[in-house]
Amino acid sequence: MTDLRVVGGELRPPSDERRHLLSVSDLTRDDVERLLATARSFALSQERETKKLPTLRGRLVLNVFYESSTRTSSSFELAAKRLSADTMTFKSSGSSVEKGESLKDTALTLSAYDPDVIVLRHPEVGAAAFVARLTEARVVNAGDGKHQHPTQALLDLYTMREAFGRLEGLHVAIVGDVLHSRVARSLVQALHLVGADAVLVGPPALLPEGLAPMTYDMSAIADADVVYVLRMQRERMLEGANFVPSLREYAQRWGVTPERLREGQRVMHPGPMNRGVEIDARVADSDAALVVDQVRSGLVVRMAVLYDLLITGPVAVASAVGVA
Amino acid sequence: MLAGRTGADNVVIRGARVLDPVEGLDAMLDVRIDNGVIAGLGLELDTNEHRVIDAAGLTLAPAFVDPHVHLRTPGREDEETIASGTAAAAAGGYCAILAIPNTDPVVDDADVLRSLRARALEEAHVPVGFMAALTKGQAGAELTELGALADAGAAGFTDDGRPVAAAGVMRRALQYNAITGRMIAVHCEEQSLTRGGHAHAGQVAAELGLGGWPSLGESLMVARDLDLAGETGQPVHLMHLSARESVEHLRRAHAGGIRASGEATPHHLCLTDEAVRTLDPNMKMNPPLRTEADRAALIDAVRDGTIAAIATDHAPHSPEEKDVPFEAAPFGVTGLETAFAALHTSLVVPGVLRLETVLDRLSAGPAAIFGLERPRLAVGSPANLTLLDLNATWLVKASHFRSRSANSWLVGQRLQGRVTLTMAAGRVVHEA
Repeated sequence: MTDLRVVGGELRPPSDERRHLLSVSDLTRDDVERLLATARSFALSQERETKKLPTLRGRLVLNVFYESSTRTSSSFELAAKRLSADTMTFKSSGSSVEKGESLKDTALTLSAYDPDVIVLRHPEVGAAAFVARLTEARVVNAGDGKHQHPTQALLDLYTMREAFGRLEGLHVAIVGDVLHSRVARSLVQALHLVGADAVLVGPPALLPEGLAPMTYDMSAIADADVVYVLRMQRERMLEGANFVPSLREYAQRWGVTPERLREGQRVMHPGPMNRGVEIDARVADSDAALVVDQVRSGLVVRMAVLYDLLITGPVAVASAVGVA
Repeated sequence: MLAGRTGADNVVIRGARVLDPVEGLDAMLDVRIDNGVIAGLGLELDTNEHRVIDAAGLTLAPAFVDPHVHLRTPGREDEETIASGTAAAAAGGYCAILAIPNTDPVVDDADVLRSLRARALEEAHVPVGFMAALTKGQAGAELTELGALADAGAAGFTDDGRPVAAAGVMRRALQYNAITGRMIAVHCEEQSLTRGGHAHAGQVAAELGLGGWPSLGESLMVARDLDLAGETGQPVHLMHLSARESVEHLRRAHAGGIRASGEATPHHLCLTDEAVRTLDPNMKMNPPLRTEADRAALIDAVRDGTIAAIATDHAPHSPEEKDVPFEAAPFGVTGLETAFAALHTSLVVPGVLRLETVLDRLSAGPAAIFGLERPRLAVGSPANLTLLDLNATWLVKASHFRSRSANSWLVGQRLQGRVTLTMAAGRVVHEA
């Protein structure tokens, strides 16, 4: 390794945090609007026969995943490819991580390839901020523990706008395991940023204080335009923590069933779904569900994020992507 | 109780503002030290061919006593040694420190204790009091041989790093400790409430998705140990208090005549959990940084003497341990070399605390709690003193620490107030 350019003990947050996408709190409303508009342009480009754009030719996007992922890793990889960037996906399983290599050394090693963007998913809060201090690459946080997953929030906003034609004034009920959910933390901030509002609904121990108004009563979802269902994250719960007495009791009280929904409501879920626990299979497969739309949005939103980070700043998006 | 070299330096410190709050002394004087002992305080003292230190514009104060230092020796000499930790202490203005026994092996028998004291006599830049564990292996079950350990020179007893979980064990420890005359210091943490906690259970942790370490996790145990101290009639010292509820318990206990003391750290006095938003692992401590209301309560308690000691809880960690994401990082930060400057910059310069109060809580306060000789600026006392430049500003750099570790929350910060000279037990041990 040539230039460790980094820490040596001087761990400080980067001076220019906006080079990265670490948290929704790094974004302004203008940033969000610009990203959603860029995503929209890319969506139009994806309707053409030739879906690949030359925009990021010669750039390198590294996907670094320390946790399992289907949607996020595949959509980042495809997003980079559709923009003609080179991509490489690094998974901790089967790598030197299993030989005990630290995140710092892995990050420095991968940085030696001079990536333009590192997309990182990691089980620990602060991992993306940590890697951002180590590398010259732009870092996109694809999930750091229970903290943040900003591209998920952006794709959720995009999906809502496509479904409702607006974001301002939308009312979203976020149901379930908020405590362990980086998706919920990012989404609440993003909704507030665009003038929508959120209410948290779920069992007492799984609703942290101070994020948004909250209630334990499922009847509160009746007012919502969107019922956003969270996965019960059993893998993040400490053994013996007794967050809920049983999954059966959880499903009975807080499961999203057809009976609890009303006409016109849309249902979203970040996946993967535990059918029969937080969401009834009949809801998941209904026309009310936007789950597949979310996945589709994920591709174009992540294209927009990569584009925005590398072709810095607000530029005339439509002309840059060559769509009218 | 302290192990370390004594010295017989001959020095005249000329023209300093000599400030000893306990002695009621605040005057521009010369101080002459003969054979390591203060021999004269006065104007235009004869130098007697002593070395003369021009201290015009500087403040001379009793040197500091830190009752809470992790020297990491034995076991983690890569993080700190007796030599490096005491060099850091000297640079911070300290003339004595107490070392915490949560080492590897734990200091829970007299042989380990004696070997450490012997090493301190060789290596230590300032005298060290070694505390011994309260329970074997700090496992919270069986008492160590408190009597034998006290006879071998234990400076006090603590299982710091972890609580004594069982009230019955704590009660027996307090009762039996009546034979030693040493202080029991407790790390108050109810672990069934703090498990999985990485930051204060509040708004910041909720937003960051960090497991919460609630105030009650500390204050519940504080209340228990104060009640046990009251019931047994034995004194107890509460380490690194962080929550306003804990301070309220301690104040009530004092009003009820319970013999209890408390300490606060510079980081809990200067920072709140807002600092955790940086996700800098050097903002991760146990107990965690709390809210502005907690910080204000700690400052009030330091001001009115409810908290009589400021302790650094100097906790060195290797870069491998701290160069990780916040959630993966161990708790603890260093503090010996920055304590005075941090307190001076954050609390004295803005007028929150008086200089005299801070000097007292760094020196006379902790010395009294642990039964150590009080550093004094008085004729006949050994030279335990520190010379401070209250106007100097300096940038804290990771590369400049005497400590073997640089996990300081202050790296990159500019501080006002600098230790320019320290004498401990009659020796000049630090000169900037």
